[in-house]
Amino acid sequence: MDENLKKKINDELEKNEVCLFMKGTPATPQCGFSLAVSNVLKHLEVNFKGINVLEDDELREGIKKFSDWPTIPQLYIKGEFIGGCDIVKEMFEKGDLQKKLQEKQISFQKKS
Amino acid sequence: MGLKLEEIKSLIKEALPDAEISIHDLAGDDNHYSATIKSKIFSGKSKIEQHKLVYKALKGKMGNDLHALALNTMER
Repeated sequence: MDENLKKKINDELEKNEVCLFMKGTPATPQCGFSLAVSNVLKHLEVNFKGINVLEDDELREGIKKFSDWPTIPQLYIKGEFIGGCDIVKEMFEKGDLQKKLQEKQISFQKKS
Repeated sequence: MGLKLEEIKSLIKEALPDAEISIHDLAGDDNHYSATIKSKIFSGKSKIEQHKLVYKALKGKMGNDLHALALNTMER
């Protein structure tokens, strides 16, 4: 993939510990799947950066190549690709997302 | 746009011959599905790897011809 684009994505991942590539913004998600992941993060009171791929066609396609993952949203924690909507929801329900946040030393609100 | 349920099933079967597949058309528009897939091929693989195998089976149609396929993968 394009080196500049790769650098742009890596820069975002370095600057933001928790990064969600999504359709729309955390305040106004434009797709149910992006909404779902955004809501999980909000529920856990995780401080995250939502990056709206709808504003950038190059990024929208590039992020799929970057992770070799064909869909959006995509969640990254400290540079590690965690998954899309299904995986994040399942991890949250099983408590694995909370474990992952703890492992990565990301602050969040423990809720049952 | 969109993909027929049977087409999705046969693409997955082709790549994961032992798979038990259950697919539901969520919106009746050939574009929003949910699928539960059980296969021995998933054993020892992370969820990301499991979902990637399914996406590979769909040969680039995921995210292009097909908008949404909620996945639940498990080992048999």
